[in-house]
Amino acid sequence: MPRVSLFVTCIIDQVFPQVGLAMCQVLERIGYTVDFPEAQTCCGQPAFNTGYREEARQVARHFLKVFRDAEHIVVPSGSCTAMIVHHYPGLFANEPRWLEETGRLTPRLWEFSKFLLEVARVEDVGARYDGVVTFHDSCHGLRELGIKEGPRRLLGNVRGLTLREMEPAEECCGFGGTFAVKFPEISGGMGRAKIEAIRSTGAGAVVGIDSSCLLHIGGMLSRAGLDVRTLHLAEVLAQQ
Amino acid sequence: MPREHILHKVRTALGRSVGQAPAPAPAPRLRIPEVDAEARLASFFRRIESLAGKTFHAAAAEEARAYVERVVDGRPAVASNAPFLRECGITGLASVQTGFTAAAELRAACVAAACGITSADYALADTGTLVLLSSPEEARTISLLPAAHLAVVPRRRILTGLDELFSRLERPADQTSSMVLITGPSRTADIEQILIRGVHGPGEIHVIVV
Amino acid sequence: MTGTPLTHIQATLEDPRLQAAIYKASGRLMDHRRHAIDPEELPDFQELRTQANLLKRHTIENLDHYLEMFQAQVEAHGGQVLWASDGQQVADFVLELARRKQARLIVKSKSMTTEEIDLRDRLEPQGLETVETDLGEYILQLAGERPYHIVAPALHKTREDVGEIFSRRLGVPLENEPEKQTKIARAVLREKFLAADIGMSGANFLVADSGAVVLVENEGNARMSTTAPRILVAVAGIEKLIPRAQDLAVFLKLLGRSATGQALTVYTSFLSGPRRETEIDGPEEFYVILLDNGRSKLLADPEKRQSLFCIRCGACLSHCPVYRKIGGHSYPWVYSGPIGAVITPQFQGIQAAGWLPFASSLCGACGEVCPVKIELPQLLLELRAEIQKARARHSENRWEKLAFRAWAWVMRHPRIYEMLGMMAGAVLPGASPGDWRERLPRWAARGPLGAWISQRDLPPLPERSFRRVWRERLRAGKS
Repeated sequence: MPRVSLFVTCIIDQVFPQVGLAMCQVLERIGYTVDFPEAQTCCGQPAFNTGYREEARQVARHFLKVFRDAEHIVVPSGSCTAMIVHHYPGLFANEPRWLEETGRLTPRLWEFSKFLLEVARVEDVGARYDGVVTFHDSCHGLRELGIKEGPRRLLGNVRGLTLREMEPAEECCGFGGTFAVKFPEISGGMGRAKIEAIRSTGAGAVVGIDSSCLLHIGGMLSRAGLDVRTLHLAEVLAQQ
Repeated sequence: MPREHILHKVRTALGRSVGQAPAPAPAPRLRIPEVDAEARLASFFRRIESLAGKTFHAAAAEEARAYVERVVDGRPAVASNAPFLRECGITGLASVQTGFTAAAELRAACVAAACGITSADYALADTGTLVLLSSPEEARTISLLPAAHLAVVPRRRILTGLDELFSRLERPADQTSSMVLITGPSRTADIEQILIRGVHGPGEIHVIVV
Repeated sequence: MTGTPLTHIQATLEDPRLQAAIYKASGRLMDHRRHAIDPEELPDFQELRTQANLLKRHTIENLDHYLEMFQAQVEAHGGQVLWASDGQQVADFVLELARRKQARLIVKSKSMTTEEIDLRDRLEPQGLETVETDLGEYILQLAGERPYHIVAPALHKTREDVGEIFSRRLGVPLENEPEKQTKIARAVLREKFLAADIGMSGANFLVADSGAVVLVENEGNARMSTTAPRILVAVAGIEKLIPRAQDLAVFLKLLGRSATGQALTVYTSFLSGPRRETEIDGPEEFYVILLDNGRSKLLADPEKRQSLFCIRCGACLSHCPVYRKIGGHSYPWVYSGPIGAVITPQFQGIQAAGWLPFASSLCGACGEVCPVKIELPQLLLELRAEIQKARARHSENRWEKLAFRAWAWVMRHPRIYEMLGMMAGAVLPGASPGDWRERLPRWAARGPLGAWISQRDLPPLPERSFRRVWRERLRAGKS
């Protein structure tokens, strides 16, 4: 049976373990053996985005070591995937050994929905979810990885699920990493615009491919007293 | 001397030396589409109308003259010295003044005029644009000061678009100190994003193709 | 800008009318742009962007050559080129020219470059009446404010605001109807155009092979300012150059569409020199002032010099979710939005504007829409790294740097990371989302956690992290 290694990302590990579990269930259901290199921690994005490149490099080297021998690496996050694929080369521009490691690893690294569609070549994972959902296009996934239609195709095959698009769909939710706590008022303002768009769809849940966005959106929904849950794509696809 | 100072800073920043030849420039990108005359005219008119300009297709010079006469309606008007206007008999209309060669008189006439009548050196079909080059035949003020602008253009001058214009006119500066592209009536949306026409330039545009 | 950046941002966020105005205006500009670049309308949009980027890169990398070519061409057509290292030199030239020509009145079309150097503030105290003729800019001049957005300078003003400004400053009866307000402005400004001694403009492009200034506009005020007065003075940053008139076939297709969704703006003027001998009207004297004001400094960095490719379309502003919340006046300089966030720290230094590149969620919308493909998100990230290095040198980010050092160490030691995760779950309240507000310990409320809670809730931390769940699963023989 083909093997995949999970890079669950620190936020899912610590705050949304059910997403990691859901991802396992889906991958196993479609015939993969899943392993979890336990030495994994983080991709280094928080330090990189805040301008601390040396610290980001330290964490990135650890990541590259942990996943050096993985066959396929599946990541339930567009932003972490984009960090590794797009920013590691720049980080290691002056370190040929790590640049080479990066070059060898990135072709094996996949964001979760892209893995399903492009490697496993599966559009229907046999899922069932009764309800109306809307979909949030996370920025890094959308603009750096071209993730837009893929998750919608996967959701389209979930029995019982109705997808209602929000307007505007592609506007940033306001998380932005440390931006959320450095400029909380702006972040909150952007978040309120996003949850208003969600509310207008009448959906009972908002689905996304990035748990950091969902943490922020979920927090905004809760603060506003709106009865809408946040679900990672993996969680929807795991339901039967 | 600021010039030497600035150039020196620029060269230092770029690592270039005085008189160093530039890297070869990317070739100009000019793609002229194949559009037949009928389609060109149709596109030209459609674009102008979508901008609230008025269009008229005159089968002959006489019809053009009649159209202009109707719009001018006896009000003071200034016509440029474009030979084509004379050919169409427009310069002979009653309230139309023409033949200006001095800026001061021209301006005074334009201030008092309700209509400015010009031809155009070229027209662009894909954007509904008139191209006017300043010359002894075409003064700039006529298409600018009066509240209405009428342009009478022979059909053959309609080009497909910017690419064809710049293919024919590689260096407009060789011919004129002022080339203006006019696309519709003057407008603004500066107050509450509400569209208003006729701010400083003409609020009314008529394009007559013969 | 009064107050610290944060007080202004806060005031803007708390003003629902202003929020609605910014949101609607930028939303409209986004929609118009989207229609104008639709593949049905403009099938080769992406190709044009690539070409524009190549042309700008080539010009900027050979800027000295094109500056000299430009000057030679302007002179060949009877004009003059002046060079100014800063705004004072521009003002000095204009004042000297006005003195020599006994000029009293200047009419001016819209120019961000002249805003950048506060030109009016340098001219008016010397007795030179300088009138903004773009309607939005004119309103702001009367109100004593600076522009809110590159293409929609008065988007924050209501018709009532405009009516009040006109009646107070022009002494006309109060009029709140935009159509009539425009007629008032038209009449007042027409008098100015026809009486002015000098017309001033900026430049959307400077064309090197023609010695030409290219101006795009919708109202006709730039045409008026550059046709009616005897003397024309154009002020332009040295980065405005493009190599050839033919390159306008690329740039003009991108500028209008990106800015306002127009295939072409109503008027595009291509001006090369004073009126020729046989021409009937037009200015008799033609001056172009080439302004450095810090641009040559930006040139030095091969990565960041692409900031100079900007053609001032304003698309990045309209698409930026941060701009759409905080508006143009929250930025410390005349250039706002993502391009402002990128160039302000480079021009004004880290002390003044070091916070700006961090006030972004890095969503990437700006880079996606930039017609000349400036890698704005990439530049923001680079600036963040540079700013942190500079701050470290002055020990200004001591605690944050230490925190990230510690964080990086933890992330390289998985067992410590796991242990800390378990501790966090034990120490911090694991109650329902809303409870965090009350139960947050005092020491945590001031830091990032407090900042988070100020805007939104946190979910309860799970009992077991994923890795613990995983191990249990393994033990239970599930994998």
